[in-house]
Amino acid sequence: MTKHHIKLKVNGTEHDVLAEPRELLIHTLREQLDLKGPHVGCETSHCGACTVDLDGKSVKACTMFTVQAAGTDITTIEGIGTPDAMHVLQEAFREHHGLQCGFCTPGMITRAYRLLQENPTPTEEDVRFGIAGNLCRCTGYQNIVKSVMAAASELNTAKEAAQ
Amino acid sequence: MNDMTPDREERKANLKGMGCARKRVEDARFTQGKGNYVDDISLPGMLHGDFVRSPYAHARVKSINIDAAMALDGVVAVLTAKDLEPLSLHWMPTLAGDKQMVLADGKVLFQGQEVAFVVAKDRYIAADAVELVEVEYEELPVIVDPFKSLESDVVLREDLDPSADGAHGPRKHPNHIFLWEVGDKGATEAVLDEADVVAEETVYYHRTHPCPLEPCGSVASMDKVNGKLTLYGTFQAPHVVRTVASLLSGIEEHNIRVVSPDIGGGFGNKVGVYPGYVCSIVASIVTGVPVKWVEDRMENLMSTAFARDYHMHGKISATKEGKITGLWCHTTADHGAFDACADPTKYPAGFMSICTGSYDIPVAYLGVDGVYTNKAPGGVAYRCSFRVTEAAYFIERMIEVLAIELNMDAAELRRINFIKKDQFPYNSALGWEYDSGDYHTAWDKALEAVDYDGLRKEQAERVEAFKRGETRKLMGVGLTFFTEIVGAGPVKNCDILGMGMFDSCEIRIHPTGSAIARLGTISQGQGHATTFAQIIASEIGIPADSITIEEGDTDTAPYGLGTYGSRSTPVAGAATAMAGRKIKAKAQMIAAYLLEVHDDDVEFDVDRFAVKGAPERFKTMKDIAYAAYNQAIPGVEPGLEAVSYYDPPNMTYPFGAYICVMDVDVDTGTTDIRQFYALDDCGTRINPMVIEGQVHGGLTEALAIAMGQEIAYDEMGNCKTATLMDFFIPTAWETPHYTTDHTTTPSPHHPIGAKGVGESPNVGGVPAFSNAVHDAFRAFGLRQSHMPHDHWRIWKTANDLGLHG
Repeated sequence: MTKHHIKLKVNGTEHDVLAEPRELLIHTLREQLDLKGPHVGCETSHCGACTVDLDGKSVKACTMFTVQAAGTDITTIEGIGTPDAMHVLQEAFREHHGLQCGFCTPGMITRAYRLLQENPTPTEEDVRFGIAGNLCRCTGYQNIVKSVMAAASELNTAKEAAQ
Repeated sequence: MNDMTPDREERKANLKGMGCARKRVEDARFTQGKGNYVDDISLPGMLHGDFVRSPYAHARVKSINIDAAMALDGVVAVLTAKDLEPLSLHWMPTLAGDKQMVLADGKVLFQGQEVAFVVAKDRYIAADAVELVEVEYEELPVIVDPFKSLESDVVLREDLDPSADGAHGPRKHPNHIFLWEVGDKGATEAVLDEADVVAEETVYYHRTHPCPLEPCGSVASMDKVNGKLTLYGTFQAPHVVRTVASLLSGIEEHNIRVVSPDIGGGFGNKVGVYPGYVCSIVASIVTGVPVKWVEDRMENLMSTAFARDYHMHGKISATKEGKITGLWCHTTADHGAFDACADPTKYPAGFMSICTGSYDIPVAYLGVDGVYTNKAPGGVAYRCSFRVTEAAYFIERMIEVLAIELNMDAAELRRINFIKKDQFPYNSALGWEYDSGDYHTAWDKALEAVDYDGLRKEQAERVEAFKRGETRKLMGVGLTFFTEIVGAGPVKNCDILGMGMFDSCEIRIHPTGSAIARLGTISQGQGHATTFAQIIASEIGIPADSITIEEGDTDTAPYGLGTYGSRSTPVAGAATAMAGRKIKAKAQMIAAYLLEVHDDDVEFDVDRFAVKGAPERFKTMKDIAYAAYNQAIPGVEPGLEAVSYYDPPNMTYPFGAYICVMDVDVDTGTTDIRQFYALDDCGTRINPMVIEGQVHGGLTEALAIAMGQEIAYDEMGNCKTATLMDFFIPTAWETPHYTTDHTTTPSPHHPIGAKGVGESPNVGGVPAFSNAVHDAFRAFGLRQSHMPHDHWRIWKTANDLGLHG
C-alpha cells in the first residue's frame, strides 16, 4: 500500500513520517515516534486511553488516521509536563491518588488538561461530565475528580497571583 | 546525643510505615506516560501475531487453507493445530485441571475460539492475512443453556471419555464437569422439613467479564543461541506461567524467564494461560525472532476468561422469630467450553462454600454441578476470591427473601443471626474456620451513619405518596453485610496445578541502609511498590522511601503464586513481615556486638536497637547495615538479607457493611444512587489512602455488574456484548460518590493482622446495589428479579408488578 508523506508537530517538534492511508494516529505516535504514553484500550473510541490533544481539542487517536492529522499540532502526555517540571495535573493525580494501574492515566490527564482550558472553573458535575469519554476500571473516578478539581483550584490561584 | 535525636513519634513518621497514607511511588512514571505495559515492548526484528477466530459457537472444522494468507507480502507463518500437534502444544492444561485447545483441533466450541495464528511483519499485515485464511466449517447444534446441556444428546467435548471421571470425580453426563458437595445434605433437609418458615428462591448471578482496560498480550523471544526463552506478558501469576510454559514446551525452567511488566488492571482476567501466549512462544521458536501478540477489546470480551454464570437455587429456614436454622443450595455452574477457572484444585467451585455468610447457621448443604456449554471458557474470580462474590450475593439475597417471608426488617434479621464476637474463631457448617470478626459493632455503626430508621420512615412515606399518585419514584435501601474468605491459602489444602499457594519475599539491605525487596506477587494497580515498603519500614526501621520493591521477573523474584483473590497482603504481606523479622533478628546480634552487650540486652525501637534501660546507647539500622558489610563480627556471616516463603495457617476473613440508597423511576427504569456508605474491616490497615481507592474502584465494578454489565449470548451462541458499546462500563457521570468508613479487627494469625481489601467492595457492592433495587419494589410484592438491573429490566419489573397502571 502506498505510503504518504505526513508532516506533524508533536510536543513542539516537527516530524515527517511515512504512513499508509489506513495507519491509525495512535500507531504512528506509539510505534514511529516512540511516544508510548497514549495507550490502546478498545480501538473503538470508547475508552479514551489513547486521548491526545490535537489543535486544541481532545482526540481519540485510535480512531483517527494519521493522514487526517497532517499539518496538525499534537500534544501527548509526554508533552504536558517534564520530569523536572511536572504539570499541576500530574502532581494532583499523585497527591489525591487519582490513579491505580495507570493505563487510563495518560489519556485521562490529557483530557483533563483540555477540559481545564475549556472550563477553568468547573463544578464537580462539570468534571464528571467532561471526562465521561475516558474510562477507568480501578479508581471509581472519585479521586480522579478530586485531582482535577484540586488542579483547577491550584491553576486558578496561580493565575490570580500572576495578575 | 539524646537531645539531638528526633523524638520517637517523629522517627516513626519519617519511616512512612504502616498506617501512613503514603503517596504512591508508582505514580511519577504513570502520570508522565512512562509506564511499561506489554504493548509498549518492542524488540529488534519483532513480528506480530493475530488470530483467525471462529464465527460459529459449535462447528466442525473441515479444512483450513492458508495458501492465500502465506502468499501475502509480509506474512511469515500461519500456525494451525496441525503445526502444534508434533510439539504436543495443540492443547494445554487449564488451571482447573481440564484441558483447552490452543488452536481448533477438529472442531470449535465457542464463538471467537482460536483457529489459526498468523505471524507477519506488522499488525496491519497480520490483520489482512487473517482475512485471507479460508476455513471451512460444518455447523453443529449449539447449547448455550447449562440445564439443556445436561439433557442434550449433543456431546460438546468429544475429546473426553464420557465414562471416565473428570478432574474432580465422576461425571453424570458427557457435558457434565463435576459435582461438588459440601455439608450435611440429610441433616439440612430434615431441618428444612420441620422448620416454621422456609424461603425458597432461585438467584441467578449472570455471566460477566473482568474487562481490564489493558487487554491481554505477550511478547515471546526465543534466543536459539543460548537456548533461553523470555516471555513478557499480562500475567497475574508469572511464576506459575513459567512452570506451565516449561511443562508445555519441554524447555527447562531455568531457561525460561517470564516477566510481567506493568499491568493495566487484571481483576482475575490475567490469571490463566491463553492460547495467545502459547502461540507467541511457538511462533518465536519457529521464526527465531521475537513475536508479539496483543488482543483487541472484542477478542478480550469474547474469548478470555469470563466470570460468574451461577444459577443458585436456595432454601433457607428459620423460626417464627427469625432465627435461621438451616441453608440449602444447589448451583448449576456454566463454565463454557473448557473448565478454565483458576480455583485451588480441591475447590472446583472455589470458595462458594462461604455461602453461609456472616450468619450463625447450624446446618447447611451446598452442591455445585459444573457444566459445559458453547460459550467462552473461564469462570475466574473477577475481583473476588474464587466465587466469594457468588456466595455473598446468594446469601444476601436469601436473607432479603427470608425477611419478606417473615415480614421482618432485613437489618434486624441480619442482626439476630450474626455470628457473635465471642464465637470467633467460628467453625461454619460448611467447614471454614472464620478467624475473627465483630459484626454487631460494624452493623450498628453503619446503620447509625446512614440514619437507618429515618431512611425507612422516608421510604414508607414515599410508598404512600406513590400510591396517592404524587410521585413516580420509589426508594430502595440496599443492605449488605458480607464476610469474605481471602488469602489462599494454606498449602495443605490449597494448590493450583499442584503448586502450593504460599507466597514469598526476599529483602536485601544495602551497606548504606537502603534496601530492595522482591516478592512472588505482581501489582496490577494495587500499589505494591508503595505498600509493601511500608510493611518493611515498620518491621525493620528503614524509611519506606529508601526501599525499592520489585515483582514480576521470575529470574530475580522468589517463587510465588501471584496476585489475585486478595492474596497479596494476607500471604506475600505476611512473608514480607517474616523476612523483615529474620533481618531484625540478625540486626539485633550485630547491634549487641557493636554496643558490647549481650544480644538480650538490646531492644528494637522504631529505627534502631538500643541498650535496655539506656536508650542513649543505640545503633540505628543504618549503622547496623554498614557494620554487616564492613566489620568482621565473630559468629555472624557478612551481609544483611533474608527470604521468607510463607504458608498461611488459615485464610483471612475481611468483612463489611454496605448500604445503598437509591431512587428508582418506575416509568423509565432509571435509577439515582443518592447515597452509598461502605464500612470495611480489613484488619490492620497498611495504607488508608490505597484502601479507600480500592474500595471506590471495587464499588464501581460492582455498580457495573449489578446495574448493566453482562456477557450475553443469543441462541446461536453469538456473543452479543463484545464491544464497550454493548458491555457496560460506568463513566464518571454514572458513578456515584461513595462514603467510606471502617472498623479494625486484626487477623489473629497474620503476622501484622492484615486481611486484604481489594475485592471486598466488589463482593459486598453487588448485593448492596441489587438489594436496593429489590427493596424499592418490596412493598409491591417483588421477591426476586435478575441482574443486571438495567433500565429495561427495571421497567419490566415495574410493569410485571402492575405499576404502569
